[in-house]
Amino acid sequence: MTATRIYVPRETAAISVGADDIAISIARQAKESGESIEIVRNGSWGATWLEPLVEVDVGGNRIAYGNVEITDIPGLFSSGILGGGEHERRIGPTIDIPYLINQDRWTFWRCGLIDPTSMDDFRAHKGFGALEKALESDPDIVIESVLASGLRGRGGAGFPTGIKWRTVAETAAEQKYVVCNADEGDGGTFSDRMLMEGDPLGLIEGMAIAAYAVGASCGYIYLRSEYPLTHPILLRAIAAAYKSGWLGKDIQGSGFDFDLELHVGAGSYVCGEETAMLESLEGKAGIVRYKPPLPAIKGLFGKPTVVNNVVTLASVANIVNLGGDRYASFGVDRSKGTLAFQLAGNIKRGGLVEKAFGISLRELIEDWGGGTASGRNVRAVQVGGPLGAYIPAEQLDTVMDYEAFARIDATIGHGGIVVFDDTVNMAQQARFAMEFCAIESCGKCTPCRIGSTRGVEVIDKMIEGVEYDQNHDLLVELCDTMEDASLCAMGGMTPYPVRSVLNHFVDDFSSAQEADK
Amino acid sequence: MTRNAFDEKAAHEIVASFDARPEMLVQILRAFVDKFTWISEESIRLLARELNLSRADVHGVVSYYCDFRTERPGQHIVKVCQAEACQAMGSRQLSAHAEQSLGIEMHKSNDHVTLEPVYCLGNCACSPAVMIDGRTYGRINAGRFDELVATLQGGDQ
Repeated sequence: MTATRIYVPRETAAISVGADDIAISIARQAKESGESIEIVRNGSWGATWLEPLVEVDVGGNRIAYGNVEITDIPGLFSSGILGGGEHERRIGPTIDIPYLINQDRWTFWRCGLIDPTSMDDFRAHKGFGALEKALESDPDIVIESVLASGLRGRGGAGFPTGIKWRTVAETAAEQKYVVCNADEGDGGTFSDRMLMEGDPLGLIEGMAIAAYAVGASCGYIYLRSEYPLTHPILLRAIAAAYKSGWLGKDIQGSGFDFDLELHVGAGSYVCGEETAMLESLEGKAGIVRYKPPLPAIKGLFGKPTVVNNVVTLASVANIVNLGGDRYASFGVDRSKGTLAFQLAGNIKRGGLVEKAFGISLRELIEDWGGGTASGRNVRAVQVGGPLGAYIPAEQLDTVMDYEAFARIDATIGHGGIVVFDDTVNMAQQARFAMEFCAIESCGKCTPCRIGSTRGVEVIDKMIEGVEYDQNHDLLVELCDTMEDASLCAMGGMTPYPVRSVLNHFVDDFSSAQEADK
Repeated sequence: MTRNAFDEKAAHEIVASFDARPEMLVQILRAFVDKFTWISEESIRLLARELNLSRADVHGVVSYYCDFRTERPGQHIVKVCQAEACQAMGSRQLSAHAEQSLGIEMHKSNDHVTLEPVYCLGNCACSPAVMIDGRTYGRINAGRFDELVATLQGGDQ
């Protein structure tokens, strides 16, 4: 009798709601029932609201059971889960889940599907096929296809990836580096984490392609420390890649060398800013550098360095596989391709939705997300992390497009979408934006270091009703100063959420006093 | 979590495992925290000596990062996420509950526990989230928080 394969994610969100215990319980129940099973710890498909999502392989079809609890396990076995039997937790075939099948899974297509650290499984799903193809062609051709794809940095800044790569490629140096920014600090975002936990070898492949394209022989992944589960998964993937000759010297006999090292951050939000990250990688405090020089010219240890986000790098393999034009056929105008939107906060069906640009915020929140978890009305949506604007319910028809968001003084950033219902006090959210900046500012430039603290004080005065009009004007002026004069996006974009509250929810400043008891 | 005191031999071994490369200071400090739970003055002296840095250099790095505590934490570390997705699902109330339930304010420690805010655990589709001794838990309410904390009290080392 062959063992029935059961998938239980080893992924932070799934484990945070009990997936480890479910896996143990399933193994125990199978043993007691004398059933032969094999548990595969896959990544998450991203339908996080269904976690823990258990799948059973029934004759090659994966049957999904959602929101499984420990107490369900005996019942699931007596209902014949191993044959895909009926049960109140049974959803049906995974490939029929509308939340998943209606996505454009360009970058996340292996996430949930494969055993993340199995080289065999990765290879069986096109793994390293793009690197093989790249190694057979000229580095310039790789850069050309990335340029043609229109791929822009998915970390938040949206800088064209191909231009960055070409700059590094054209800068002569004995040593160059590729740095993967895995310091996903924005509140409301988890796509980097999901990719690293669900398809870490896909990231390694993307980094190796980048290194080959620009002539780098050494790479670093800078992972935030708040992701302790991601760490061993990445280490295992790196070890597997070394063992089978996809990292190290003379990769697959191509003559191309690429070494990869994993560094872990130490709890600083600003280290997600590329120059602060480089400082941290050099063993120093994560204090932002002046730009220019750009990291592409003088980056890590003063050498030309590609710094790209996890999702950016992971998107490259399929661009090489399928062609830049194919990627560019997704999306709109200057927002080409797909983005991994992350539905978070007060939302019924939270999770990751990879879709082509051009979808509206409303479609994501209503069609995918199913509205708020509380069942109340949506009042505000923060898009793009703590430095992103709060978008009022009236603007939910805005389409996901970098330029369309810029037109409403908002930003798409890293694709985080945090939904708030009508119980939110927006003055408190504006205050938090300033407070967060004060907590996390690296302190190098004055507008950010001092401005954020003054911002909290001014907002407190407005909330208390002390010289409201003067303080309102002062806050507007402070936002201008921070935006114009800060060294990086920390101080420069903290005004985005604050101004959006001033523009759309200004009454909350005067009503906060009562609401805050 | 064990409560290892600083041990010069172990500290030296950690530094040696990184070939005493000064550019590895952040990673070395991480290993010190794993081993000793916090960064003592003795650690700073040793690192300055072995990495050929000034004590001010090492102190500057230690004080910059919030993972590098310079005081002994409680036996257990409880972090409550206070970033926006968790705020949207009641993290402010959960934080107040945590303070009351543990009898300790945010940013404070007693022998048993350290209570801290954290800004995003990347578990934003299962908000609100907490991290206890390095494990992330999602969809937390006051009752679930108390259950998790109760298991800690039972498991004193």
